[in-house]
Amino acid sequence: MTISAKPHAIEVNNLVVSNGDVTAVRGVSFTIPHGGRMGLVGESGSGKSMTALALMGLLPMGWNTHGSILHDGVDLVTQSDKALSSRRGRTLSMVFQDPLSSLNPVRRVGDQISSVIRRHTGADRKVAEAQTIELIKQMNLPRPEQLVRAYPHEISGGQRQRIMIAMALACYPQLIIADEPTTALDVTVQKQVLRLLNGAVRDRGSALLMITHDLPIIAAMCDTVAVMYAGRIVEIGPVQEVFRNPRHHYTRGLLDSQPTMDNIALDGSSRLVSIPGMVPPLHSLPTGCAFNPRCPAATDKCREIMPELGSDGVSAACWHPIRLAGEVAAQ
Amino acid sequence: MSAVTSFPADARPLLEVRQLSQVYNLNRQKLFAPRPKLKVLDSIDFSVRPGEAVGLVGESGSGKTTLTRMLTGVERPGDGQVLYDGVDVWTGGEAHRKLFRRSVQVVLQNPRSSLDPRMRVGTSLLEPLRSLKIEGDHGTRVLEVLDQVGLDKNALERFPHEFSGGQLQRIAIARALMPGPKVLIADEPVSALDVSIQAQVLNLLKDLVRDLGLSLVFIAHDLSVVAYTTSKVYVMSSGKIVEVGKPLDLFRTPQAEATQALVGAVLSVEAGLAGNALA
Ligand SMILES: Nc1ncnc2c1ncn2[C@@H]1O[C@H](COP(=O)(O)OP(=O)(O)OP(=O)(O)O)[C@@H](O)[C@H]1O
Ligand SMILES: Nc1ncnc2c1ncn2[C@@H]1O[C@H](COP(=O)(O)OP(=O)(O)O)[C@@H](O)[C@H]1O
Ligand code: SF4
Ligand SMILES: [Mg+2]
Ligand SMILES: [Mg+2]
Repeated sequence: MTISAKPHAIEVNNLVVSNGDVTAVRGVSFTIPHGGRMGLVGESGSGKSMTALALMGLLPMGWNTHGSILHDGVDLVTQSDKALSSRRGRTLSMVFQDPLSSLNPVRRVGDQISSVIRRHTGADRKVAEAQTIELIKQMNLPRPEQLVRAYPHEISGGQRQRIMIAMALACYPQLIIADEPTTALDVTVQKQVLRLLNGAVRDRGSALLMITHDLPIIAAMCDTVAVMYAGRIVEIGPVQEVFRNPRHHYTRGLLDSQPTMDNIALDGSSRLVSIPGMVPPLHSLPTGCAFNPRCPAATDKCREIMPELGSDGVSAACWHPIRLAGEVAAQ
Repeated sequence: MSAVTSFPADARPLLEVRQLSQVYNLNRQKLFAPRPKLKVLDSIDFSVRPGEAVGLVGESGSGKTTLTRMLTGVERPGDGQVLYDGVDVWTGGEAHRKLFRRSVQVVLQNPRSSLDPRMRVGTSLLEPLRSLKIEGDHGTRVLEVLDQVGLDKNALERFPHEFSGGQLQRIAIARALMPGPKVLIADEPVSALDVSIQAQVLNLLKDLVRDLGLSLVFIAHDLSVVAYTTSKVYVMSSGKIVEVGKPLDLFRTPQAEATQALVGAVLSVEAGLAGNALA
């Protein structure tokens, strides 16, 4: 079995990702148990991809990681590039938004999958090729024997993304990170790919970190969710709780901004609730709570002191969290 | 009743295509083999009335953008007619064509690629007036349009990289409004934007239809976004219109297979929480 005796697939403590005086991730902590699924949601620029790249050891030049990332009995932050590279695709792997730029354009897709298998399992060519065909079958792709011989540009976006998933899952990793895996796909294809990823992750007992700005995807795929804003997690908890009773005003705003078939009025008069303003640039974050210029509930305290997760007795980083009926503020 | 549906039901179409078809020649598979042909648009009938907001949905490659190219007159159809205010835009004469070109304006998916990064926003906004050779007090017009899209006038001196995606999409909408169009065509105007920002732009488009009496043609993959913005939706599949109807009717009782596929593809938070979103 691939699941180790270690308690978690990943445990991230106070992760900071910075480049000189620019900090993209400002102290992020979370754990995902073996087989668990966490969603990471937030607007673009909130630091989701930088978090993922830090976990993979794939940050762009000049960016540094602080804090700890415990995985498979080691702290990834202290590992050498060589050690990290030998893990990628084996104990943890990643599916990117744009499969075309992460596949090698001049190699047949089948060879790309089987070389991952050979590198990590030492299987010989024949065995690896057979496993590749089997994987492609599991991905519900048509004519696997022909498909392995195709080059990336010869297949559709949805097919390419399934190839990427096959490659990421080939060695039964403990953790798979999917960064906006379906954003570039047509909606009808999106659902097929999600369904497939869902089943494949479950069958392997892998843990999943699903990164997206699409809340319905998180609701469909994950059991916990972390909401990110300006480089910090501002709310974290079980999906059922956070999405039904959000505590942070940003989470509430995201949920309200969703157009749904239920909130459309027949006479066309419906309006979506939108969050005013925009995400602040990293180099000029407001003091206190970074969300305060856009928050309907902001007070002077919010403009002065940065709230931590749990500051007010709930798992939201907020001085005035949204209360359930009858609930009183902790003092 | 709201303004979105308050045009007289018998008003005649402002922009219309009749029996429109277009065939493209694809690349040869082999040397000397005949070039395969692809019927990208197949006998399309489509219309939008004054002040009406209509949606156009369909899977990727179904022909939505190609139809838009015909509706805006950038491409001449192989077969069929494009009519603005009842007159054929390709045979109706130079004066009518000029009127048509300024009356139908487009907003594209990605504002970062549709605005020139080296041009100040103020200059970009004047661009359509220059290329359409429209005279008048442009300075006043710019301020009026900025106000309509909810932007401050200090935006004029700045460059595109200084704005967020949502603000840039407002600027792109402002630019489309500059010539005083009667019809706005928006091709996936929010799919490149974040959720919270999408809502700002969708609300703006709705306001423009209501306040300026604009006609809107709204193109998207996502049926719920289209349903929110429009009162009538055309569904395209493989170059054909396969179904037309009110958004909620299409959603509740989709008839065509393509409509059913689009409805089935809509994910919602509620379905996800109930555990049956991927069923
Ligand atoms: N210039 C061209 N030459 C050949 N084929 C083309 C050309 N432009 C478009 N096509 C083809 O025409 C069909 C319709 O394309 P179109 O761009 O209109 O689709 P769409 O519905 O807008 O798709 P999407 O949702 O992906 O934007 C596709 O099969 C496309 O590959
Ligand atoms: N290669 C890079 N070089 C410089 N800054 C970057 C790079 N990648 C991301 N950033 C910055 O880091 C911040 C977080 O980005 P990212 O993690 O990509 O956000 P998300 O994935 O949530 O959209 C953003 O401000 C972004 O501009
Ligand atoms: S801390 Fe204040 S500004 Fe931040 S989300 Fe809470 S109420 Fe709003
Ligand atoms: Mg990202
Ligand atoms: Mg298109």
